[in-house]
Amino acid sequence: MNAIGRPSLRSLNQEGIVFAIAVVLFVAAAIGLPGFIDPNNLVAIVRSVSVLGILALGMAVVIIGRGIDLSAVAIMAMSVAWYLQLLNTGTPDGLAFAYVLAGVLAIGLLNGFLVAYADVPAIFVTLATGSFVFGYVRSQLITQDAVPVPQGHWVELLGGLRFLDIPIEVFVFAGLAFLFFLFLRYTKWGRYIYFAGDNPVAARNIGIPVRPMLVLRYVLSAFVALIAGLLTAASLHSINTRIVNSTLLYDIVLVAVIGGIGLSGGRGGVRNVLVGAALIGILLNAMTIIDIPLLYQNLIKAAILLGAIIVDGIINPRDEQTAQQGDI
Amino acid sequence: MTFRERLQSWRYNLVPDHLVGEILTKRWTDNAIPFLALVATLGVFGSIIPGFFKLSSLQESTRQLGEFSMVVTGMTVVMLGGGIDLSVGSIFALSCFSAVYVFFILEQSIWLALAASLATGLVFGAINGYLVGYLRLRAFLTTLVTFIFGRALFDILVTTYAADVQLSQAKSDVLDFIGDSTFWGLSVSVWLAIILAIITHIALTRSRPGWHVLAVGGSRRSAHNAGIRVRRTVFMTYVFSGFCASIGGFLIACRLSGAGPGTGLNLEIMALTAAVVGGVSLGGGRGSVIKGLMGAIIVLTMTNGLIRLGYGTGTNQMVLGIMLAVAVTIDIRWLKNRHKVLNEVYVAPVYLKMGETLSAVPGSGTPYALDNRLSAADHIGLGELEGPEDVILDRDDHLYCGTRHGEIVRFFAPDYVRSEVFAHIGGFPLGLAFDKAGNLISCVGAMGLYSVSPDRQVKRLSAETSRSWTSIVDDARLRDPNDCDIAPDGRIYFTDSTKRYDAHDWALDSIENRATGRLLVYDPRDGSTRTLLDGYRYTNGVCMAHDGKSLFFAESWACRVHRYWLQGPKAGTAECVIRDMPGYPDNINRASDGNYWMAWLGMRTPSFDLSLRHPDMRKRMTRRLPQDEWLFPNINTGGVVKFDDKGGIVEAMGDLTGGAHPMVTSMREHKGYLFVGGILNNRIGRYKISGADPNWTSPASYWGAQP
Repeated sequence: MNAIGRPSLRSLNQEGIVFAIAVVLFVAAAIGLPGFIDPNNLVAIVRSVSVLGILALGMAVVIIGRGIDLSAVAIMAMSVAWYLQLLNTGTPDGLAFAYVLAGVLAIGLLNGFLVAYADVPAIFVTLATGSFVFGYVRSQLITQDAVPVPQGHWVELLGGLRFLDIPIEVFVFAGLAFLFFLFLRYTKWGRYIYFAGDNPVAARNIGIPVRPMLVLRYVLSAFVALIAGLLTAASLHSINTRIVNSTLLYDIVLVAVIGGIGLSGGRGGVRNVLVGAALIGILLNAMTIIDIPLLYQNLIKAAILLGAIIVDGIINPRDEQTAQQGDI
Repeated sequence: MTFRERLQSWRYNLVPDHLVGEILTKRWTDNAIPFLALVATLGVFGSIIPGFFKLSSLQESTRQLGEFSMVVTGMTVVMLGGGIDLSVGSIFALSCFSAVYVFFILEQSIWLALAASLATGLVFGAINGYLVGYLRLRAFLTTLVTFIFGRALFDILVTTYAADVQLSQAKSDVLDFIGDSTFWGLSVSVWLAIILAIITHIALTRSRPGWHVLAVGGSRRSAHNAGIRVRRTVFMTYVFSGFCASIGGFLIACRLSGAGPGTGLNLEIMALTAAVVGGVSLGGGRGSVIKGLMGAIIVLTMTNGLIRLGYGTGTNQMVLGIMLAVAVTIDIRWLKNRHKVLNEVYVAPVYLKMGETLSAVPGSGTPYALDNRLSAADHIGLGELEGPEDVILDRDDHLYCGTRHGEIVRFFAPDYVRSEVFAHIGGFPLGLAFDKAGNLISCVGAMGLYSVSPDRQVKRLSAETSRSWTSIVDDARLRDPNDCDIAPDGRIYFTDSTKRYDAHDWALDSIENRATGRLLVYDPRDGSTRTLLDGYRYTNGVCMAHDGKSLFFAESWACRVHRYWLQGPKAGTAECVIRDMPGYPDNINRASDGNYWMAWLGMRTPSFDLSLRHPDMRKRMTRRLPQDEWLFPNINTGGVVKFDDKGGIVEAMGDLTGGAHPMVTSMREHKGYLFVGGILNNRIGRYKISGADPNWTSPASYWGAQP
């Protein structure tokens, strides 16, 4: 790994700390909670974080490039909901999938265009497009909150697919993580993301196509969201669009930030996502086993995310003299 | 005139293109877009929803508007301070719950409920403020997380206590009054929102804490360096936002007599959209409470209107998303490009066909024929001076001139080697004149008319004239006071060359060629300034005729000299005495032989004259080319011309080598010598005039012999 992409000593520490916490939590849960160490439960943990982890991969790429994608969950749920709705109303599969791909691409391009070429802060763009995507699909394209997968469709079969008794989404997560690892580490475009995230102006000055690369990241994130949505629909046999209003989006940010991907961009990688996902997976599973109600789980997650952001703010403090105007 | 030229002259002289640029310079254009959006929204929904403007229907919408606009007011203040508060929905909901809990479950008085509500909001706001202000976390993400936190807390509380609230028997007249009654046709919440908005507006625009908020939002770094307590100011904005949201929450608790899972849902994105749609800038510093309120009305009308039109679930989010994206994009692009657009469209050239002129080529036999005499002038202050636009000598033969650095420099007689700064004014002192008492009167570029007494006291005489009703740009301000002269009765006649450009942008005025130059008079008896003549192309030099009954003034870009009558049958009118000169006239001064000296700052060229007949070409030029490559009037060659009372040309001289006096903006005759200045020159020239009266001085000519 060359010098620029290497996590700095500080974030290495954070990653290490988080990893240690995850291990301690794991050991504690294994000792203290009945049924935690059970192989089925372990598979369940991995399975439960798979979708989260996949979404976090897309988010990680955007955050490393000094952006954020708040529309990820809306794209994930609504694209798949629209796809299933098209199928249920008799649209040929290929055509329906082409529509959805085009829609996802369009939203990714729109996000990227507004951020890269109109210079609008990513946070506002994606907040607005997320709201738009949910509202548009919910009010114009689908008829109810939850859309079921048609009988015998490949998405349903995907959900039942097992390999060595491990559900397919775990392998998809593993495969995607490996692909992202290769992309970020060994490809030119992957390296560009770090350069642009670290110092966009300098990256532009040395001739990196910063703006097209920005667009690429949002398109990538949108497609990752689509994959995550398909996997969700596969395991649940339907997609519930209310998920957009849940805290899933913040869980994704939580996984990325807690794993040590700095919000100011330029540092972190796939390993951080894995560590973050491990911690959150263990935590969620443990809370479920202890039987903490969902509402309280949200409270706890919010508190952890707040803590993670405060730590991130203390580790990477912003200075009055160098803080960017309007960088909110 | 060809048909094409006639079309061009109609197109560019009759269509007021310049108004676009002038409107864009106004700060209220920032408000115009949201205001038009407001009118459009109300118009559209008012016309397609029957009974939209009926009192009963307005009543319900305005109640909601009261609560909502309070939240938006808080959000506006946070955004003005450079932050953002996404937790307003949670604060709103929690405050509502606090009030409900205290009133319905603890069965305490409504005032205690209000106190609980406010306390909730203030504490929550203080947490946000501490995190964002003191720990300097990212406002967006931090308040997003506190929003989730608050929402989770509210959901837990509401599910726990919902049944108890339902069963409660608590009642209060005050609560019913706040929730349901109206006061002069408006509900209590609207009155409270209006009061809050007024107080906030006054605080922001007229108090120290308010200015601090705007300063921090406008430039955090500068505010920090100026000693403003940035962190505390940011902290206070969040506390204020929490306060506003909590009042809103209390009001909705009164109105609905309870709290439900839907309380305050999506409020944060609605408030954010409202503020941005209203024109409150992201990143801070620009915006106002009024803008926030306009945005609030737009957003609420849109969302309520769509619900009443029967659009289903999700439509609100769709519309909010579109509005937010569009408004944010417009805001960002507007801020980024406003000055670029302004620069592009401000120059609005007009058509002018210059008259045929006589040649000024040496040996051409015309009275204008230039020669090389001025190159023989001695130099004074070479290398020490920058920009002596005008020169003047006093009764003791000392020489005065203005400089680019805002000073009036005095060179001492008899050899003019020693010099001192006579007075520092600032601006760029241009035309100079001595009044009867020996005060030095100066037209200071971009500042106004100033007087410097012999003991160096600087006094402003005039910086404005009366405002004309039809002008969009503020034409009361003197933008380019250029030259002045003093009548025997002490009144000071002076020119203001252009209303459209500041003094240093005189070259842009030449390209635009719009007639906005004025002749003004300052009356020292009552200190008033009046506009005498308007609509000349760059009025420049002014000189009182020898008999004091009229004055001459130059109109630079039209190459004309006019005579304005102070007395006699033609008093108050101007007539053109010299037209179609080959050079651009500048200052005019008296000569010892009863004639007048006139400076030429540059010479007309066929190419620039042609470009004046092609306003479209000049417009394209100013928009598409960098300024270095524009076609400007030639100011590399100038000269000095003597003309008589009737406007006849007596002689002309110049410096064709360009070595000493390429551009001449002023000359002053004194005891047989001609002192020559140029605004872009680095010296004053002294030229011996053959045959001139060796005892004639300008102060004596104006005010008589030494008393």
